[in-house]
Amino acid sequence: MKLELHKVKVNKLAWGDKTETKDGVLYVNRLEIVDMLSSDERLVKVDLDFAMPGESVRIIPVKDVVEPRCKLEGKGGIFPGMVSDVETVGEGKTLVLEGAAVVTTGKIVRFQEGIIDMSGPGADYCPYSKTCNLVLVLEPVADLEKHDHEAACRLAGLKTASYLAECCKGATADNVETYEFPAFREAMHAYPELPKVAYLYMLQSQGLLHDTWVYGVDAKQTLPTLIGATEVMDGAIVSGNCVSACDKNNTYSHQNNPVIKDMYARHGKDFNFVGVIITNENVTLADKKRSSSYSIKLANMIGLDGLLISEEGFGNPDADLIMNCWKAERSGMKTALLTDEYAGQDGASQSLADSCPEGDACVTAGNANEVITLPPMEKIIGYPDEANVIAGGWDGSLASDGTITVELQAIIGATSELGFTKLGAYTV
Amino acid sequence: MSYRVVHYINQFFAGIGGEEKADYAPETREGVVGPGMALNAALGNEAEIVGTVICGDTYFASDMAKTSAEVLELIRKFEPDAVLLGPAFNAGRYGSACGAMGDAISKELGIPVVSGMFPENPGVEMYRKSLYIIETADSARGMGKAVPAMAKLLLKLLKGEKVGLPAEEGYIERGLRINKFFETMASERCVDMFVKKLKGEPFETEYPMPVFDRVDPNPPIVDMANSTVALVTSGGICPKGNPDHIEASSASKYGEYSIEGFDDLTSADHCTAHGGYDATYADDDPDRVLPVDVMREMEKEGVFKKLHNKFYTTVGNGTAVASAKKFGAEIALKLKADGVDAVILTST
Repeated sequence: MKLELHKVKVNKLAWGDKTETKDGVLYVNRLEIVDMLSSDERLVKVDLDFAMPGESVRIIPVKDVVEPRCKLEGKGGIFPGMVSDVETVGEGKTLVLEGAAVVTTGKIVRFQEGIIDMSGPGADYCPYSKTCNLVLVLEPVADLEKHDHEAACRLAGLKTASYLAECCKGATADNVETYEFPAFREAMHAYPELPKVAYLYMLQSQGLLHDTWVYGVDAKQTLPTLIGATEVMDGAIVSGNCVSACDKNNTYSHQNNPVIKDMYARHGKDFNFVGVIITNENVTLADKKRSSSYSIKLANMIGLDGLLISEEGFGNPDADLIMNCWKAERSGMKTALLTDEYAGQDGASQSLADSCPEGDACVTAGNANEVITLPPMEKIIGYPDEANVIAGGWDGSLASDGTITVELQAIIGATSELGFTKLGAYTV
Repeated sequence: MSYRVVHYINQFFAGIGGEEKADYAPETREGVVGPGMALNAALGNEAEIVGTVICGDTYFASDMAKTSAEVLELIRKFEPDAVLLGPAFNAGRYGSACGAMGDAISKELGIPVVSGMFPENPGVEMYRKSLYIIETADSARGMGKAVPAMAKLLLKLLKGEKVGLPAEEGYIERGLRINKFFETMASERCVDMFVKKLKGEPFETEYPMPVFDRVDPNPPIVDMANSTVALVTSGGICPKGNPDHIEASSASKYGEYSIEGFDDLTSADHCTAHGGYDATYADDDPDRVLPVDVMREMEKEGVFKKLHNKFYTTVGNGTAVASAKKFGAEIALKLKADGVDAVILTST
């Protein structure tokens, strides 16, 4: 499976009569997007705004972030099963508007949407403070049921990301990245001297608005399965999550999954990266047992020597992470874990809700309970008083001058368990 | 002007006596006593030990809460900028007293405080999160090494300088997790660690796995029909509007609410404060998380005698274990005082 990512660099957004890229500027036809999204009868009003790196802008509450991509060549369309047909993806050529992002907002569950600051201390923690953001301010019809509201926001983000890239199909790529994974027949014979490894990619699927979609299928209704790394790059996995902002894997971070990228960089040198296994994080014990056993069984069927395991979310999914870890280790595989921490605001409590002695190689994306003060911003897109109810905030998080004091938990992607930031923690 | 430092020592290091004098009541002396002399010298011109507080180890251990308050008042009278405790080496009661004082001084006075202990001193495990404890030898033979390290760290804290890692400063690891930005993304660090582990090379985990408290359940209740049962939840059910503003995540408090007169919780009167799950169904029928309706039926059927008229609630979502432990202990005492025999704990 071979995929070329044709990356067109975007440094700036501007309104225009035609949606296109020219000299690093993405011109956006506002009306076309408003018309396209207004056809969704669940939305009563659609508004667009820009938020650029370095600006004194705060976006709150943010639901998801999506990178504009579309297919140039090869089977299927971007975000299959969501905005494209369910044909498989991951081969051919894909256009990427690198540096641009679509940000969806809305008071859905209220607790579970987050903050993006485009400058100031909060911007250091957020991957999406560095992207040129087209913000969709989506107002639902009165009394829209929450699950419908989430679906409407999710689709609006995916449609807009797809639309932007489609309009720029003629653009010349600034650089092309190529990813190629052979079929298992060849992969198993390649690099006989190197350990065979895979990536066990855990998807939040606790249900009830904690959902991840794979080719349009709700991940909680799936058994662990194999997926091509390049399929992920074509949007085969999208976020439908309303869960703490800091460590839900946004669609953007799935599309750009840094674990896949970093494992690919070591492929053929330090190990033989033969594949990706996706698994879920359901709430019942039976589901956890089934999914962890099935994942490890798949790994053993392939004949792996090691698994790198990334978690999504915290607390309840810690149990899935730990089951995956010890089941892999006890069947002879070596594991490394990628998670984050909830050690309390003072850092004094234990960071995970479950543990096993086999989890001796653990990288964390930082303590999500650490408190940060976000100074006032000149412009707010959204509703700042959501800071008082958001997960990571408390009654009084928003001061009268607009300062917000919250845990990092409230910042989108701050402790990404795909390892999308440089944050980590150490013990003193 | 130099910083004012108070020094706390036990009866032995004050030269009052050994075990036979261990019930010695707290007292103060102006200036230095015993090891205070060396500490004062190590502090140089920048800080001075203005007073010493002495207390017998047994006296302290016999009622730690009371003595700690008593000693704190004596320390406060010197109007100190910082406090030195011990060093206690491997003396268990002395170490615990130093630790308890470190905890009280950090919380009540909010000024720098440094002690010194042997790593196996029980005071370390009890209080290392509350204060800096310089690692010392197991006996006073280690005084020469402990003194300069304690003085150096205290001066750093007084001047607001950045404190280095445990190994750099010589203090015992406190077990506090601190965030920092690394050179590389967490994904790359994880792949690096994975490669080292695969190759059998040495690597250092970023987070050693925690060891948990395991609580054995109490024996079952024999006479259920005569027992009072209470409901306690971490699922966030509270009176509608969340009157006490229990946080959606990382809760800092729990609520105590009456269910007197309620046979059934509805969306008109209760809701959830929890931010970690889809609240739609809990808000629609709060009994789904706090089953008052079923409990009332069972009460009528005589399965148990009485449903306790109060319930306790908090949010378990991202809430620190230390907070949860504290809530649990307080709630248990209240339930016990109210004569509750059994508790049904519901989560989400």
